[in-house]
Amino acid sequence: MSLLTVEGLRVRLPTPAGPVTVVDGVSYEVEPGEVFGIAGESGSGKTVSMLALLGLLPDRSSVEGSALFAGRELVAMPRKQLREISGRELTMVFQDPYTSLHPMLSIGRQLTEHIQKHHGVGRGSADSRAAELLADVRIPDPEAALRAYPHQFSGGMRQRIAIAIALACGPKLLIADEPTTALDVTVQAGILQLLDRLRREHELAVVLITHDLGVLSAIADRVSIFYAGRVVEAGSREEVLQQPRHPYTRALLEALPHPEAAKEKPLVAIGGAPPSPGSIPAGCAFHPRCSFARDDCRSEVPPLVQVGGRRLACPVDPFAT
Amino acid sequence: MSVLELRDVVVDYERRGGGRVRAVAGASLSVDQGQIVGLVGESGCGKSTLARAAVGLVPTAGGTVHFEGEQVTPLTRRARPRRLVRLQLVFQNPYSSLNPRRTLGSQVADGLEPGSRAERDAGVRRLCELVGLPAAAAQRYPHEFSGGQRQRIAIARALAADPSVIVLDEPLASLDASAQAQLANLLTSLSRDLGLGLLLISHDLSIVRHVADVVSVMYLGTMVETGPTLPLWTLPAHPYSEALIAAVPRPDGRGFLPESLPGEVPDPARPPSGCRFHPRCAYAFDRCREDEPRLVALGEGRTAACWLQPEGSIPAPPADRAANIAGTAAVE
Repeated sequence: MSLLTVEGLRVRLPTPAGPVTVVDGVSYEVEPGEVFGIAGESGSGKTVSMLALLGLLPDRSSVEGSALFAGRELVAMPRKQLREISGRELTMVFQDPYTSLHPMLSIGRQLTEHIQKHHGVGRGSADSRAAELLADVRIPDPEAALRAYPHQFSGGMRQRIAIAIALACGPKLLIADEPTTALDVTVQAGILQLLDRLRREHELAVVLITHDLGVLSAIADRVSIFYAGRVVEAGSREEVLQQPRHPYTRALLEALPHPEAAKEKPLVAIGGAPPSPGSIPAGCAFHPRCSFARDDCRSEVPPLVQVGGRRLACPVDPFAT
Repeated sequence: MSVLELRDVVVDYERRGGGRVRAVAGASLSVDQGQIVGLVGESGCGKSTLARAAVGLVPTAGGTVHFEGEQVTPLTRRARPRRLVRLQLVFQNPYSSLNPRRTLGSQVADGLEPGSRAERDAGVRRLCELVGLPAAAAQRYPHEFSGGQRQRIAIARALAADPSVIVLDEPLASLDASAQAQLANLLTSLSRDLGLGLLLISHDLSIVRHVADVVSVMYLGTMVETGPTLPLWTLPAHPYSEALIAAVPRPDGRGFLPESLPGEVPDPARPPSGCRFHPRCAYAFDRCREDEPRLVALGEGRTAACWLQPEGSIPAPPADRAANIAGTAAVE
């Protein structure tokens, strides 16, 4: 059974101009122990769809659809009950390791508070558990680190600490939202290796949200490509990134400089700009930027259907093999 | 002679609470006409500080900066010397580098030669076209544009001064892949069509590889390697360049896990003895801990500051050279 099954998730956020649909019916499953990658440009709804599961949306947001996590329905779960699950079984690390830690509290305090609260253990055993966690994410000299404050660590080390806090209660699912975007490539590689090792050693499932297809390609088992609040293509890493079938997935990949490509070839940018939530074009949201668009693309939202081993939301399917 | 030439530039910062930090510790770099020079390195290596020193935004504590044969002097309260107008800088964040209360047209026109209204309007239209923005954009305000478009506006504003060199500090950071691709293509064509020299500072190595003609790799305030882009990428001579390149993820779906570089960039206030990279270097030997290697010329237009690459030699993989040295030491 899947660890997380999301079906028809729809999220509306309140804005001064009225509610705006940011996530428009997305469905996916996350299996235990896998890295599930979600990619898309900014504003494609990838982060909001995750915040919705954790109940971290602003007041007066509306969430519809279903999200079954380990057999329990998260959508419309009372906040108190959701709090019990999130932070313990379902945790999240954020993009910016400079703001996600409390600057005035020692690392030890931030880690043990969490452990004491969720495990109901005493100070001493929480301390030793905290040191273990820091060692697990490869913080040098964990005992000393417990007494230090966030500003004494580099960005990469802070992100490791944030991951240690997320792991404190032995979660089944870790949501990592652009965990390496603010970091240098050398440090990014270390965090990717850490996530890869953690999921092997702890049988941890990871949802990795990123705009960087290189990062997805490094550790994701399956990927889902978001565009304007919908999933346009989903499947195994190899299938989607090596033989992209949706015109958007293909365009995203062609816009990237390939580390082995010939230099003279100009990069192929996608014409136009991604639509902003609230002004999503009718039909397939990508049609104004798509060179394969037909009449039906302009009027009907293409359903996400099984095509071979993948799921695809493009009736034209110009890259069918 | 190069249009922009930096020789052994040193930049010191005062640290709060006393003490000095040497952010740039003797770095050299040159930009020729029509050439795109990429400057890469981890955050904190001093690349942005060097960029600022190149245009006179921060005072130097040593070395020289020459632009079109004349010395670049630090910016003061007085107007910037007229001869430096053709040396322009584009900042990283197009959300804060543009004035939100002024139309695009009026901001771009600032840099144009004084003239009649019609002349200025024509100039703005020409610049908009040059960077791929519709002429109607001139009447609009920055908030009406996306990040990528704002960065084009910033470039148009720099182009208004008819520059020969533009220094761009992380111009592509915080843009989506597609906007990045558009801007990278724009930079290439501007350099080719207008004979512009570009100094492109970026932490995104893939983009630099794609756009730059030559690359300089910086570590902890010094240049560790320079050379033509593709040869350097194929065979990095300095262990640090090698590590940087190995850490770049590849979007090819093969599940290649990039290699990380152990350790962290040391505090520039207390740089390690000998080679500044030695505590993190997989090939370091005794000499590296004591003597600091100079940046020396290798064959094929390359330079490197590494004891594994002797002056005048053809660059070889650091691992091969290190194995040789270990072999010789064993024989002795």
